[in-house]
Amino acid sequence: MKNALGRDVPGHPYLGLQPIERIEYKQIKSLKEDRKDKVHYDLESFIKTLPLEDKMTLSFHHHLRNGDFVMNQVMAEVAKSGVKNLTICASSIFPTHAPLVSLIEQKTITKIIASYISGPVADAISEGKLEDVCLLQTHGYRATSIMSDETSIDIAFIAAPACSPEGNITGSMGPSGCGVLGYAIADAWYAKRVVAVTDFLVDVLVPEIPACCVDDVVKVDRIGDPDGIVSGTTKITRDPVGLRIAKSTAELMKATGLLKNGFTFQTGAGGISLAVAKEIHALCLNENIKGKFASGGITSYLVKMLEDGVFEELYDVQCFELDAVESIKRNPNHHKMSAAKYADIHDPDNIVNQLDFVILGATEIDLDFNVNVTTGSDGRIMGGSGGHADTAYGAKFAIIVSKLVSSRISVVVDQVTTITTPGGTVDVLVTDRGIAIHPRHQALIDHLKATTNLPIVEIQTLYQRALALTGIPEKTQNLGRIVALSQYRDGTILDVIRQIDTAE
Amino acid sequence: MKIEKPAQAGTLESNDIYVQILPNPKEEIEIRLKSVVMLQFGKQIRQVAMQTLNEKGITSCILNLEDKGALDYTIKARIESAVERSLC
Repeated sequence: MKNALGRDVPGHPYLGLQPIERIEYKQIKSLKEDRKDKVHYDLESFIKTLPLEDKMTLSFHHHLRNGDFVMNQVMAEVAKSGVKNLTICASSIFPTHAPLVSLIEQKTITKIIASYISGPVADAISEGKLEDVCLLQTHGYRATSIMSDETSIDIAFIAAPACSPEGNITGSMGPSGCGVLGYAIADAWYAKRVVAVTDFLVDVLVPEIPACCVDDVVKVDRIGDPDGIVSGTTKITRDPVGLRIAKSTAELMKATGLLKNGFTFQTGAGGISLAVAKEIHALCLNENIKGKFASGGITSYLVKMLEDGVFEELYDVQCFELDAVESIKRNPNHHKMSAAKYADIHDPDNIVNQLDFVILGATEIDLDFNVNVTTGSDGRIMGGSGGHADTAYGAKFAIIVSKLVSSRISVVVDQVTTITTPGGTVDVLVTDRGIAIHPRHQALIDHLKATTNLPIVEIQTLYQRALALTGIPEKTQNLGRIVALSQYRDGTILDVIRQIDTAE
Repeated sequence: MKIEKPAQAGTLESNDIYVQILPNPKEEIEIRLKSVVMLQFGKQIRQVAMQTLNEKGITSCILNLEDKGALDYTIKARIESAVERSLC
């Protein structure tokens, strides 16, 4: 069935932006007592005591990012039990999770639900090794689907940087401290059984996940590698082309009139996005503008902006850098938030709905402003929405920043390979060779043309400029099996991802 | 004109192409291409390479190309440099 964006999809097709029918969540499990006998000291023997069955759903969070040891350790022991056809519901999967590939091949794991997948597991899915279809959700919808019981988690394994014997968990302490545990909160409250896996048993006075959620605490040697916990991509770009894009973006933001006292802002950790933050930082200090909050994954740059008084508060769902982990311990205006508070569509006060600006990247953006951050232009899975579609929907101005052409690939294409974020929620594309604004903002286009020197053009013009540089790319039509679905924040299906040809 | 002496040009940086030109005992032009945009632009890169060799009057060589997404004018310039270096 064709959805509102013209893509043939199975299941519930995306119908365009619809009014949200709010639902109330039920608390689906009984709360646990504060017992101290929850602690186990051997993961292998503990997992043998779990009532594992075929087709169960096991969940994991990704706050330890590419330094996570827990998913590999747990799944190696689970596989020994001989269970098959498990679903892994992980908030993200990174290159370090390569050992899952052999579990996919031997059918221990046959379904994966995640918000972002990169590395060998992504390749295995693209190559058709996963028996069932992988579901790629937004960060917000992952929480929504868990809380509404659409994703029913049998056992949640929560990597716990610090945990008390009763099961009070925080991300703010311990040798693998990662700050926030925002993506694990829904799992903790709604999974049938919750297992904290920790390398730091200690009294926890202010838990993010309270003991009443936790059934078992397992002590292991190490839950992660601190070097892999911080992201490798959080440097401000030094590329003059990227810096120029950032400058135009800041100028455009100012020209919209929304950059004033009380403004709200989110930016990703990409080099150009961070350069935009730097521009906004300088602009706010110069003109004495004070923003209300910045949100999302928090980098050291945003911490600096908070400390310089550019923002009153930070809402942090995930710390990208150790500076953020430190800041959240000492600064009362640096708040932890759950994925649901961040972006659940049924929470009317969610943070994304309060955003004025979000700065996002794109692998591809098409003439209808649909964005792909899920697959490469060859159709191979290399990411996923994360909060891309959530923030683009919520923010008054969703701004995509990108070089127009990089390594002979144009960011503007006639049709994106995979729709991650619908064009109806994207407002502006800023490139080094011109700025395109979605035609539904005609008044703004006229205003900017009259009052600024910004190079405003139609997106078709950018497309033609790119083709003049690169030549016309050859198209290959992929008719392979559907290996993954791109699911929108309301649960509908935006697009399908097909098996790639690995013959060459 | 035959290539008698090996030469190289370019780098493996993004948006560039590394070119190596070598004598070919079979006395013909052989182009070996690796590219990050093989699917989209493989044919076009071979075409530009062949055209550049023709313009330089080369009739025999092995041309190794390792492309990191270079645009046509970069490909042309790098191949011309390699040829000039080989001939001097």
